[in-house]
Amino acid sequence: MASNSSGGGSDRQRIAQQRLRIIAGHLRRPVDVDSTILAAECKAQDSKTDVSSEGKTVPRRRQEIMKWNGWGYSDTKFLFNKKGQAEFTGKRYKLSGMIMPALKDWLEDTFGTNLQHKSPATPILTSSAVQPPTLNEAFVEELKSTGIPFSHDAEDRVFRAHGHCLHEIFALREGKVGRVPDLVVWPNCHNDVVRIVELACKHNVCLIPYGGGTSVSSGLECPPEETRSIVSLDTSQMSRILWIDEKNLTAHMEAGIVGQDLERLLNESGYCTGHEPDSMEFSSLGGWVATRASGMKKNIYGNIEDLVIRVKMVTPQGVIEKSCLGPRMSTGPDIHHFIMGSEGTLGVVTEVTMKIRPMPEYQKYGSVVFPNFEQGVACLREVAKQRCAPASIRLMDNEQFKFGHALKPQVSSMFTSFLDGLKTFYITKFKGFDPNCLCVATLLFEGHREKVLQHEKQVYDIAAQFGGLAAGEDNGQRGYMLTFVIAYLRDLGMDYYVIGESFETSVPWDRVLDICRNVKLRIIQECKDKGVQFQPLASCRATQTYDSGACVYFYFAFNYRGLSDPVHVFEEVEHAAREEILANGGSLSHHHGVGKLRKEWMREAVSNVGMGMLKSVKDYVDPNNIFGNRNLL
Amino acid sequence: MASKPTVKWGFNLAILFCDIFSPIQSLLSNRHFQRDPMLKKRDDFEDVLEERRNSSDLRYALRCYTPVLYKGVPPCKSSMLKSMVLQSDQLHYVISQVSKETGRKTDEVQEEASAILDEMAHCQQLSTVRFFAFTLSKVFKSLFRSICVNEEGIQRLQQAIQEHPVVLLPSHRSYMDFLLMSYLLYTYDLTLPVIAAGMDFMGMKFVGEMLRMSGAFFIRRSFGGDKLYWAVFSEYVKTMLKNGFAPVEFFLEGTRSRTSKSLTPKLGLLNIAMDPFLKGEVFDVSVVPVSISYERILEETLYARELLGIPKPKESTSGLFKARKVLSEDYGSIHVYFGQPVSVRSLAEGRVNRRQFNLVPRHIPGKPGEDIHSFVNDSAYKLVRAQEENMVLKPWVLLASLLLQNQAAGPKEGLPLDELTAQAVWLRDLSRQYGAFLHWPDQMTPSEVVSSSLSLHRGLVRICEGKVQLAPEDPHSAATPEEKLLNQAVIVLSCASYRNQALHVFLRPALLASAIHTEVFNSFSFLRNMFSNEFILCPGATVQDFEEASYLLVKTGAVQVSQQEVVVTEGGHRTLAFLIAMLDPFLQGYQVVCRFLCEEATETLTEKQFIPAVRKFIIKHLLAGGLRYAEVLSSDLQKNSLAAFLRLGAVQKIKGYVGFDHLECLVGPPSRAQNTTL
Repeated sequence: MASNSSGGGSDRQRIAQQRLRIIAGHLRRPVDVDSTILAAECKAQDSKTDVSSEGKTVPRRRQEIMKWNGWGYSDTKFLFNKKGQAEFTGKRYKLSGMIMPALKDWLEDTFGTNLQHKSPATPILTSSAVQPPTLNEAFVEELKSTGIPFSHDAEDRVFRAHGHCLHEIFALREGKVGRVPDLVVWPNCHNDVVRIVELACKHNVCLIPYGGGTSVSSGLECPPEETRSIVSLDTSQMSRILWIDEKNLTAHMEAGIVGQDLERLLNESGYCTGHEPDSMEFSSLGGWVATRASGMKKNIYGNIEDLVIRVKMVTPQGVIEKSCLGPRMSTGPDIHHFIMGSEGTLGVVTEVTMKIRPMPEYQKYGSVVFPNFEQGVACLREVAKQRCAPASIRLMDNEQFKFGHALKPQVSSMFTSFLDGLKTFYITKFKGFDPNCLCVATLLFEGHREKVLQHEKQVYDIAAQFGGLAAGEDNGQRGYMLTFVIAYLRDLGMDYYVIGESFETSVPWDRVLDICRNVKLRIIQECKDKGVQFQPLASCRATQTYDSGACVYFYFAFNYRGLSDPVHVFEEVEHAAREEILANGGSLSHHHGVGKLRKEWMREAVSNVGMGMLKSVKDYVDPNNIFGNRNLL
Repeated sequence: MASKPTVKWGFNLAILFCDIFSPIQSLLSNRHFQRDPMLKKRDDFEDVLEERRNSSDLRYALRCYTPVLYKGVPPCKSSMLKSMVLQSDQLHYVISQVSKETGRKTDEVQEEASAILDEMAHCQQLSTVRFFAFTLSKVFKSLFRSICVNEEGIQRLQQAIQEHPVVLLPSHRSYMDFLLMSYLLYTYDLTLPVIAAGMDFMGMKFVGEMLRMSGAFFIRRSFGGDKLYWAVFSEYVKTMLKNGFAPVEFFLEGTRSRTSKSLTPKLGLLNIAMDPFLKGEVFDVSVVPVSISYERILEETLYARELLGIPKPKESTSGLFKARKVLSEDYGSIHVYFGQPVSVRSLAEGRVNRRQFNLVPRHIPGKPGEDIHSFVNDSAYKLVRAQEENMVLKPWVLLASLLLQNQAAGPKEGLPLDELTAQAVWLRDLSRQYGAFLHWPDQMTPSEVVSSSLSLHRGLVRICEGKVQLAPEDPHSAATPEEKLLNQAVIVLSCASYRNQALHVFLRPALLASAIHTEVFNSFSFLRNMFSNEFILCPGATVQDFEEASYLLVKTGAVQVSQQEVVVTEGGHRTLAFLIAMLDPFLQGYQVVCRFLCEEATETLTEKQFIPAVRKFIIKHLLAGGLRYAEVLSSDLQKNSLAAFLRLGAVQKIKGYVGFDHLECLVGPPSRAQNTTL
């Protein structure tokens, strides 16, 4: 697991980095100086119950460890080395430092890319590209007096002006910056947030909450029509676990904590939340709540709505929270459901009480090869019917299976390569699977060792009924690792004229096959109609199973050489793909949220009355549109 | 409550169209968007019989047959297809529903479903196909001079078959149509279609089974409320389509057109064929309109007799053998044009909200909503129009038009041959300008073309003292004037069926020509509306049709359009007279039916009695000399006019009786029509 690997070896490095950061901060940023003092004050209130706040991953100046125009850590990326082989740099991941010999051919075959044709990114951000900040002087003055750290440095602002949609990253790589926040503020605790929101209301300043910055719905984009000063409220410094209750198996956290820190810190006490979205390295607890996130292991632990016990959110009308920690309530419509999925339009989530579980005794990966996607889906459906889904079960289609193969690292021994060959031979020749049709399900089991083994057998027995063959732990583990590196891979693609994106939906079981086929074909057709010169990659996987349906994830990418406005073409195709999803009974979003990217379909998704309900809540809670990111509605 | 017929002379119905009236200029302002029909690109033809005449039919019938497949899916054994249908969710659902409603056991209903399926299902066998390939080669060679096919169309079809499930929609003018289709697909090594055929074939014991083995499946002509039958039938078609086992072929017109006019499309099968796309079960469906035109229709006089009320013989094997004498005749050539495949997806784009199917499980049958109905209806019209446009017209079609007009003009002794030739050349040029797909052999002189056409149709025309006239084979056999009239009518109707092939070319300009001396657009849309049961006029396309008509008339210099007026030019009178005469028999026909309804119909007139009664009325007037067109004896025209009057609300149907509300529409067509004496 990526989280494990990053949590292990690089501790010393990280501590060193953090020191450097603090020193650098002292040297460079006078505003920060008083803030550190005040922040310490704030921290002191909670310090008795504060379980741990050390080992923070996310610094205030994100640019110190993260890319400003791509995904993830600065030290980690795919590149072609001097020998023309693909290599994954850095030390953070299992794949780090490895060479993937098949990746080059896969890229060339799939997209028609050529290593000679590069489309490099602008290396550094020129400050002149960023509009000078429009500051609300009165607000800034009062903010200063609170001592809460803030900045109007261009880099800081640009960092918080985008998520990771293709068009956002593409623009950054070209050095283009649109409307960005005018100020970034780093509250250190709930009370800081209360003060900031009060000031924002007083001075009519637009607030945009910022958690991990992993939005893929244009949720963080500043509305260009916004004339007020925009303040980005970065929760990253509110990242403490405030208490753990072992009797009730709950924990109380500040909402800025990112997924990997939350798990690591809880693990230290022998617990976990089990909530692992693919973005968990960077995404924050508050962000999960605000977008109705879903984790890979939801079959055991549940999605965010199942995990949350109590939420505190600061709104222009004050703080909304429940009065007790009861496990379930019948007190009218659940107010949590106004908060979850509000996408930063109503307020800032500051603290969350959440279920925790003892760390699983045993974990086991697995994989099953099916002769075709249809059989695979039938198997998943049966697993869901029998309600015996493992912690995670995902079914990749043939294209993704091949993609996974392209990321296989160079094997060190003759023996492994011989074994691989033997496996391939067995599956394709002996069992007669067509290599262009077969697909793979990856599995993750968790729990008591014996139960896991029992469970494993049950699942493999079902798989066998649908022609599935067990294909080993390795394939399974690699499948999950892919989800963490795939975002890095997009950056590599963009170096070579390939742009891509993933998007998701949820759909009833009887429509899974139809939606997968139709959306993929629609993408291919639209690309052709829009003049894309190369065959696009259109691939999908079923990533979650439910009683009545599944979550389906699509990958879509193409080589844009020869197009004058690739992003426009890309967006048109993505739009068409979403239309196709909706036409085939898919939902507008399973867990990415609506943001501004999918807003146009919102009314149809929830009906006029539903829209009116949401609007009236917004009108009551935030009549002056202080939380003015204009998502959702 | 059938009210007593009242007659009001007026134009009330025309008011209906006032809201869409707008100044002519603005209507015509965007005429430059109109595509010039002369620029329509059409493929060249190849004669498939040529190779048959030069090589062994037996070897041809036994050759290796390896068609390309949809996504490589091999054709499905008929037994497997049946079990797929019987095990489908949809059928299960309907079976349990029927069993609940009727109180019968599920097993029993299931068995009934199975029996329906056995009665229906095809069982295509390559050996039978080969047998047909051999015998049809022989038959075709003796009947026809050539069978011409556009090979580019075949290539497009081949491409389409590989990409999406395919629906073949041939025009239907003859029993020959579907044998011919399968024969051609076999010839070009394409997947053989499964064909929806009417139950009447099943009556022909041996032949029925042969057809079944060549890929026909049989559906009852009417199964109105039979839920189970509908479920089995629709699931059967959908299963074939969804899995792409084979192209599904059916006739949009539902039955053979006895008049050679395209018939108003039937929507049932098209609905079923589009359903898998609308419900997302396939990405797309390709619909391929196919136009089959016969230089001489095998059933020519048979149809005419049928239209005159001499009932058609029931299909029987012995009847087929009697038809053997046709083998010795010359039926000219056949042209088969495979049109551009139409993507149902692109038809539905922006028209249909597919999300409406997401809220109910797809196996539960539901009545299509209003929007789906109108979408399927519009698509059907578009497809029939596509068939019409690619229908090859032979010179004889023009000659028949001219001869009929000449005959109606007065009791002359026919048209001098050279004048006919000159007129034909004029009409040839006009029809080409109107975008007709005319196959006029340019390598021959006009008089050669005319005389060879006349000789092919010598059963219908006689040249007497250098004059060409329509004439029955044996004018002396008729005893009574009525018999004489009917004999003449057989010839006229046969001739009209050829003229009708060209109707779609002239229809829109003819409607405009007939409306020109009145409030043009109002009268145009009135006529268009009235004739929408008679001709293929796409619903809701009045403005478009008006623009097309004016464009053509202006382009050919027949009219000039000024501020608010359409003026006939000096040279345009000939064209306009021709166009008006084209439409006149129909106008007269509708008027005479109208008169019948006003004068003779009583409150107890049933639908069944309508045709014989109106026929009697017309014969009376024809014999009295008050009516010139024998072709108004056509039961097709009579039925269509009644349907139009019903639709326009002039007539009401009450428990099987036909009654009359208000008859203003009947005499309300534009003044030109009014001035004509009945």
